[in-house]
Amino acid sequence: MRLLPKEVESLWTLFTAPTIWAAHFLACYAAVAIYCEKAGAEDFTFAELRLALVLITILALAGIVLSAWLAWRQWGFGSGDPPHHAPTREDRLLFQGFATLLLSGLSFVAVLFVAVPLVVIEACQP
Amino acid sequence: MTDRSKRKRTGLLLTSSALVLAGCTGRQSALDPAGQEAAEVYHLFAVMVIGGGIIWLAVIGLLLHACRGQRRAWSENEASRLIAWGGVAFPVVVLFALLVYAVWLMPTIRPWVARAVPEPTLIEVTGEQFWWRVRYPAEDGMAGFETANELRLPIGERVAFSLSAADVIHSFWIPSLGGKMDMIPGRTNVLSLQATKTGVYHAPCAEFCGTSHAYMTFSVVVMGQDAYDDWRRKQASGNQPGGSEGERLFAYHGCAGCHSVRGTTPIAGLGPDLTYFADRETVGAGALRNTRENVERFIRDPSSVKPGSQMPAFDMVPHGDIAAIAEFLTGLR
Repeated sequence: MRLLPKEVESLWTLFTAPTIWAAHFLACYAAVAIYCEKAGAEDFTFAELRLALVLITILALAGIVLSAWLAWRQWGFGSGDPPHHAPTREDRLLFQGFATLLLSGLSFVAVLFVAVPLVVIEACQP
Repeated sequence: MTDRSKRKRTGLLLTSSALVLAGCTGRQSALDPAGQEAAEVYHLFAVMVIGGGIIWLAVIGLLLHACRGQRRAWSENEASRLIAWGGVAFPVVVLFALLVYAVWLMPTIRPWVARAVPEPTLIEVTGEQFWWRVRYPAEDGMAGFETANELRLPIGERVAFSLSAADVIHSFWIPSLGGKMDMIPGRTNVLSLQATKTGVYHAPCAEFCGTSHAYMTFSVVVMGQDAYDDWRRKQASGNQPGGSEGERLFAYHGCAGCHSVRGTTPIAGLGPDLTYFADRETVGAGALRNTRENVERFIRDPSSVKPGSQMPAFDMVPHGDIAAIAEFLTGLR
């Protein structure tokens, strides 16, 4: 038996990557906002906060890559061309796999876009 | 089309483009930068316009190509490749590059006081309906002083502004130098700028603040370091010619209850400070040119020039007295 079943008959897998993006977005913005609001009250520096967010970003990207790989597998590693619009179970699975793969790509880029300011921001603005 | 109407059309086109392009220069244009931050913003603008123009041309080119009658249609494979590269890969890379560029520019467009070493002079500017209160701090043995509706800045030196508002939200913007930053009641925002060209620039209030919002402007004079130091010394000393009839009437009719003229009248802080008033370009924070006739007109009925102005009309004061007060004010230099 596989650890991760090849055919997941649930819509939830479709939302995995966008959910990771949303959680990462919230984590980054909320962490910086709270840190800057309480500036000076914490035991760690802004550089440490930045490092923690970079680690969270790497975790998020890894999660999205995993979701994309599962989707790619479900899509049959690109063996069939879209559109998968026949009213069969097989086509439904392939369609879901393909859609999940595209959403994973979008989420990957979105997480990178959200993370760009982390590279530049050095301190809280007074 | 006849030759005549062709000529007329060309003339019209030339005139209108000249008028449009005239907006690109001058003393209130972000496209004619005279400060470091404005230059960065201008650079960003130029990159965006040129890049956007090239992409627009490419898209229109593709559109024309698609509309042209063709002998052979593109195969599905070729079309998919075009969509994958032109519709997915290209926008992702270009948008990523633009985002990195814009975010990387941010510290130069908005330099924080904490980063600037040595710490710059912090000039307090307060937005009030409908004028600007400006306070220079004590520095280098010179006393601090208050002035209004005019900023003087030294060339090549970083200056920071501590911005607040007394009544409603205003916004501080000197397009030629950089900015802008909102002024919010109950809060202090900090903006720092560095002028790189001498000259006189124009700065409007950039947030609608009431009936005379459009008449709420100030002038910015960027001067050489020596001239700037002389100006500060003169302002700090506040020596003015005293003893004139106009000065007496200025106090007698109650002007001095709201406006101060350092060195002659007691300090009053309700209305704009009028020390060295004659050095300013305008009357009523940019409402009128600074001439004696306009000063008289403003004193007689400020609301006719600046609707909603907090200063009451003084049309009950005899003509001769208003003329003497205007004479006094336009002599303060």
